[in-house]
Amino acid sequence: MTGFLLRRLGQSLLLLWLVSVIGFAVLHLAPGGPLAEFTLTPGMTAAELKRIAHQMGLDRPLPVQYWEWFRRMVVGNWGRSYRDNQPVLWEIGARLPATLELMISSTLIAVLLGTWIGVLGAVRRYSIFDSLATVGAMIALSIPTFWFGLVVIYIFSVLLGWLPPGNLHTTGNSSFLNYAWHLIAPATVLGLVTVAIWSRYMRSSMLNVINQDFVRTARAKGLPQRVVLLRHSLRNALLPMIAIAGLQLPTLLGGALVTETVFTWPGMGRLFLDSIGYRDYPVVMGILMLSALMVIGSNLVADILYAVADPRIRLR
Amino acid sequence: MTAAEPVLQVDGLRVRFASDAGAVAAVNGISFALDRGETLALVGESGSGKSVTSLAVMRLLPPPPVCEVGGRISLAEAEGGVRDLLALPEEAMCRVRGDRVSMIFQEPMTSLNPVLPVGEQIAEAIRFHRAASRRVALAAATDLLERVGIPEPRKRLGSYAHHLSGGQRQRVMIAMALACNPEVLIADEPTTALDVTVQAQILELLRRLQQETGMAVIFITHNLGVVAEIADRVLVMYAGRAVEEAEVATLFRRPLMPYTAGLLASVPRLPEAGCKGREGVRFAAIPGTVPDPLALPSGCSFHPRCVHAKPGLCDSEVPDLEDAGPGHRVRCRRWRAIDGS
Repeated sequence: MTGFLLRRLGQSLLLLWLVSVIGFAVLHLAPGGPLAEFTLTPGMTAAELKRIAHQMGLDRPLPVQYWEWFRRMVVGNWGRSYRDNQPVLWEIGARLPATLELMISSTLIAVLLGTWIGVLGAVRRYSIFDSLATVGAMIALSIPTFWFGLVVIYIFSVLLGWLPPGNLHTTGNSSFLNYAWHLIAPATVLGLVTVAIWSRYMRSSMLNVINQDFVRTARAKGLPQRVVLLRHSLRNALLPMIAIAGLQLPTLLGGALVTETVFTWPGMGRLFLDSIGYRDYPVVMGILMLSALMVIGSNLVADILYAVADPRIRLR
Repeated sequence: MTAAEPVLQVDGLRVRFASDAGAVAAVNGISFALDRGETLALVGESGSGKSVTSLAVMRLLPPPPVCEVGGRISLAEAEGGVRDLLALPEEAMCRVRGDRVSMIFQEPMTSLNPVLPVGEQIAEAIRFHRAASRRVALAAATDLLERVGIPEPRKRLGSYAHHLSGGQRQRVMIAMALACNPEVLIADEPTTALDVTVQAQILELLRRLQQETGMAVIFITHNLGVVAEIADRVLVMYAGRAVEEAEVATLFRRPLMPYTAGLLASVPRLPEAGCKGREGVRFAAIPGTVPDPLALPSGCSFHPRCVHAKPGLCDSEVPDLEDAGPGHRVRCRRWRAIDGS
């Protein structure tokens, strides 16, 4: 186990470094730059621009800029935002809770709903429910998140007026219910794709399990259907889902980006988009590194959980 | 209750599976009776319907429309009378399964749940059928493991299937099946996946447990060596029908159905003393293969492979099961002629 963790740690660090190099390169290769906003300032001269660029260290060769950023990053100094001069970590820290709130709640929706749909679809294979779930998943996977978000806002906020069109909570009202009320639409929109994916994987995993010999053994013992399904089948069918859950995080992060923008959700995803627009390199790099860390970390956790949940697996 | 009353009686059991090419009759009217404490062997090639018969008794076949089961399966009640298992609602059937009739399977590795400790899996049936607490059920599971010859049973409670050897796994399966002292145990090729030496141990164990508990056993196998060792009576199946039924000694001494004779002849034997090496020894085989259940031959299903088949007689009608002696029934139009020759 220790050997496994050390090896995975080494691999993760290498991966993070690669992400940082590629991210940095792509970001600086994109046309435009953080100086673009200054060019519109009245009375700005080329010499003045050059001075600012020099001050920000942007006139140095890219590898040098990277090295300067990198050596500070590893010791926890992630720099300051070009936009408002706040520390990057502080900026991210202020936005992360909203994103986590959205991601966790949509994951809960996705896992609970997706498991239920998948299990029922497998148990009643080819039934009307199963067909509807299959078609529904296809539709859910085909709908672009931004469009679905707008439709939800149009129907439930504009036409019906049941749900707020965006934001974390009503200003001046920070009760739990108010937060939950604001969360319903964005969490559902973000969870939709994951529900679809999760229910499809769950269905095939469950189908795979309920035709196995040990399920027949469980039934031969006289156990009622409910026990056979939950204790013997679902438990086995959920094992491969742990890995799927680990792999779902990037999808979720990408979806959060869009959902937060549509629902004016003050989260990390929107900060990321805004910062890209401003070419706010330190903030973009900071969010990139944090996201990569989350994805790599969740996969590691999935691997460890896998070994905990399945007695046949020993990590080496 | 009289001892002569069978504990389980199957009458005219039919099983049909729906398939894209039409309904497949896997079992075509099987009848047999099982006395208390008796071992009945169901023998036949793959596809003869012996496993389907046992799954039908357990009501473990898929529900209609995939699979249609007809006939009567009567289980004797303690207070007299019988109960038709095929007419029971699923809930009542759950209380019969694993309690009064239980089953062990061919492949002990895949038949055990890989992520539950074996102790839990044995205790489960006791907890459900006897409404016992977890602690009581686990204590009972320890006793059961000891009875089936697992060393250090208390330690083994927490083991998983992958910790055990093939023979031990089958012992665990047997412990699980015996958890509630069933009146009938169905053993579906329980030794096929095991080494020969382990096979003998498992057979010995089953025989011993049967003597201790007085349960009746339906033993499904294609291995006639195993039949000779464990069975009291044999039912030979071919293409979903019973073709011969007899006491084991009678069957081995005087097989009447040409198919049974062929099966017996195909058992490999060591060359006679004095024979030179392995040369010249060939396995006797029954020519041809098991017929396609979608296109069964007319008349006797076995006639295309039968050396005694007579055109016009064997291919016209399905022969009846005829009495050929005490407890000996055979489905062959020509058994008298063959027996006399």
